[in-house]
Amino acid sequence: MKTEEAAQRARTPAHIRAVGLSKSYVQRAPFSHKKFAIDALLDVQLEVSPATLTALVGESGSGKSTLARCLAMLEKPDCGEIWFEGKEISRSGSWELAWLRPKIQMIHQDSAGALNPRFTAAQVIAEPLEIQRRESGPKLRSRVCELMEEVGLPANWADRRPLELSGGQRQRLAIARAIALKPAFLILDESLSGLDLSTQAQILNLLLDLQKAHSLTYLLISHDLSLVEQVADFVAVMHQGRMVEHGAGQDIFGSPRHAHTRELLGSVRLVESAFRAAQAGGQQ
Amino acid sequence: MRTVSGYSESATTRAQSPGAPGLLCARELTVCYASRGEPSSPALLGIDFDIAPGEIVGVLGESGSGKSTLALSILGLLPESADIAGSLVFEGKDLLRFDESAWRGIRGARIAMVFQEPGLSLSPVMRVGSQIAEVLRAHRQEGSNHRKLQVEAVLAEVGLTQVDRIYKAYSHQLSGGELQRVALSQALACRPDLIVADEPTRSLDGTRQKEMLDLLRETNRKFGCALIFITHNPGLLAGFADRVIVMYAGRIVEEGPVSRVFRRPLHPYTKGLLQLMPTSLQYAGRTRGQHLPVLPGTLTDDDHLSPGCSFASRCSARTQVCQTEFPAEVAPEKGRRVSCFNYEN
Repeated sequence: MKTEEAAQRARTPAHIRAVGLSKSYVQRAPFSHKKFAIDALLDVQLEVSPATLTALVGESGSGKSTLARCLAMLEKPDCGEIWFEGKEISRSGSWELAWLRPKIQMIHQDSAGALNPRFTAAQVIAEPLEIQRRESGPKLRSRVCELMEEVGLPANWADRRPLELSGGQRQRLAIARAIALKPAFLILDESLSGLDLSTQAQILNLLLDLQKAHSLTYLLISHDLSLVEQVADFVAVMHQGRMVEHGAGQDIFGSPRHAHTRELLGSVRLVESAFRAAQAGGQQ
Repeated sequence: MRTVSGYSESATTRAQSPGAPGLLCARELTVCYASRGEPSSPALLGIDFDIAPGEIVGVLGESGSGKSTLALSILGLLPESADIAGSLVFEGKDLLRFDESAWRGIRGARIAMVFQEPGLSLSPVMRVGSQIAEVLRAHRQEGSNHRKLQVEAVLAEVGLTQVDRIYKAYSHQLSGGELQRVALSQALACRPDLIVADEPTRSLDGTRQKEMLDLLRETNRKFGCALIFITHNPGLLAGFADRVIVMYAGRIVEEGPVSRVFRRPLHPYTKGLLQLMPTSLQYAGRTRGQHLPVLPGTLTDDDHLSPGCSFASRCSARTQVCQTEFPAEVAPEKGRRVSCFNYEN
C-alpha cells in the first residue's frame, strides 16, 4: 500500500480502537503460595481502519493474543478503553454485548481444536446461524452450501467431519463459520502458522477475496514477518506487553524505527538474502 | 530386503542415489499404514537415499508428502500397524530387521531426534536436567555425579548460559527458544552420528529460527554428526543444508546440492515451491489486494494411487504420458536426480 493512501486511510475514523489498555494475570509460583503478577499488556494503543489488514507481530509472550482476546471481548482489560464503531465496549455487560458478538469473530491457530470433532462440516457452519439468527430448514441449508462454496470447499463435503479434512481445508471451514454471521471485524490468531507455504498462500488469497467481497477488517496475529510483509496494510509490533511500533506496512518494513522491530526484521532478511544468493548461484 | 506383497514389483533397478557409501542407506523403503485392517495408500513408496557422515540433508515437502513418516521410520518409531518394506542400512546393519531391544541400543545413542514441538516432547512432570540424564543413564554406565556434570556440559554446548536454572526447571518454566535448545541437548547427549530434526523451527519466530539454524550448523561442524532437517520452507535450507531431497506424495521427486537445485530447479513441483518463497522483490510492485503466487490444488489420496506421476493433477507442464506412467528417475547431471518426463522444459 502506498504511503499517501495509508495516510488518507489513517484520517478516516477507526473501526476498532484501543486506548491505554492494560491487563495483568496473577499467577502462583509452582509448589508455593507466593503470587506474582504478569503484565500481559501495558498501556497499549491500537487503531484499526475499516477494510484494512493490520498485522500484529511480536515474539511469543509479547501479549499479542491477550490484546486479541481483549478486542474480541473474551477477556476484560484491567484498565483502558476499547471503541468499536463509535461505541465504548470494554465496560459493557454480557447482555449489552449481544449486538456486538456477531460483528467480531475470531479464527484460532489450532483448527482441529477449535472445531467440534463430532459435528459435520455443515453443522459447524450452521451452529452460529441457528443460535444468532434462529434460521432453520431449507433456508439454513442453502446458506451453509453458499458459505462452503465461498471458502472453496465442495458443497458435497457437508457430511465430512473436521478430522477427515486436511489442515488447510479445516482452516477454510473455520473461516466459513466465522463469516457466517457477516461480521465486520475478523481476528486471525496465528491462523496460518500451522500450514505449509502453499496452503498459507491459498488461504491468504481467500482472505483477500473475502475482504473485497464483504469489506472485512482483519487483525492478523503472526510471528512470521515474511508472511506479514506480503499482505499487511498496517503493522503493529509488540514487545513485552507494549506496543513499540505501529504504522503503514511499507514504512515499518522499509525503515523500522524501534530496535526490536529491526531485530525481528534482520533475521528475516538474512534468511531471505541467503535464499536469493542460492537462487542466483552466488554460493557454490 | 523385506518386501510387501503388491509393492514388490516396483523393486526394479533405478538410478543409484548419488553420494559416497554412507552412514545411512535406504533402498526401496516403502511404508503403508493399515487403517481398520485394510492397507491404505503408501505413505512412502520406494524411497532410495544415502546420508554421508557429517552432512546436512534437507527434506523438503508439504504436509502429506511423507516427510514425518520418513523421520519416524529412521528412528524405528512407526506404529505397529505400519507395514514397512525395503531396507534401511545404518553402518552396515539393516535397521528394519531390528527388534525392540536392538532399537533401544541405537535410538538416542547413535540416531537421535529433535521433534517439532519441544513443549510436547518433554515430560511436564520431570525436571529438564533429569530428562537429559535419563538418556545418558539408558546408554552409559556411569555414576550419577558424573552424569550431572555431563548434562551441564551438554546444556552449555547448545548455548544456554544459566545452566543451573535450566537444569532444575520444568519444561513449562522455559521459553520456546530455551525448550528447543534443551531438546537439542537431549538429542546430543550421547554424541549420536545422526540427528533427525522434524521441523524444529516451525513454532519459533524469525529471530529464534535463525538462532536455531546457526546452532544446528555449529553442532554439525563441532561434533561431525549428520543431520536430516525436515521442513516445508525452502528458505531455511539456503546457506544451511548441503543437499536437498524434495518429496511429493511419498516419493522423492528431486535431489541434489542445495545451491544447484535452488538455482535451477528441474521438477515442476520444486519450481512451484521455490516461487512461493516470499521475497521483498515480489511485493515491491504489488498492488493492494493482489493475489499471492500459489501452487494450485492440493495433494489428495487419489494422487497417491494414480498410476502416473502423482504431481500430474497440479502440474502446469503436464503431458499425455504423465497421467498413465510414473516417470523413472534420471540423473541429468552428476549428483542430481529427478523424476519427471518434462524436466528439461
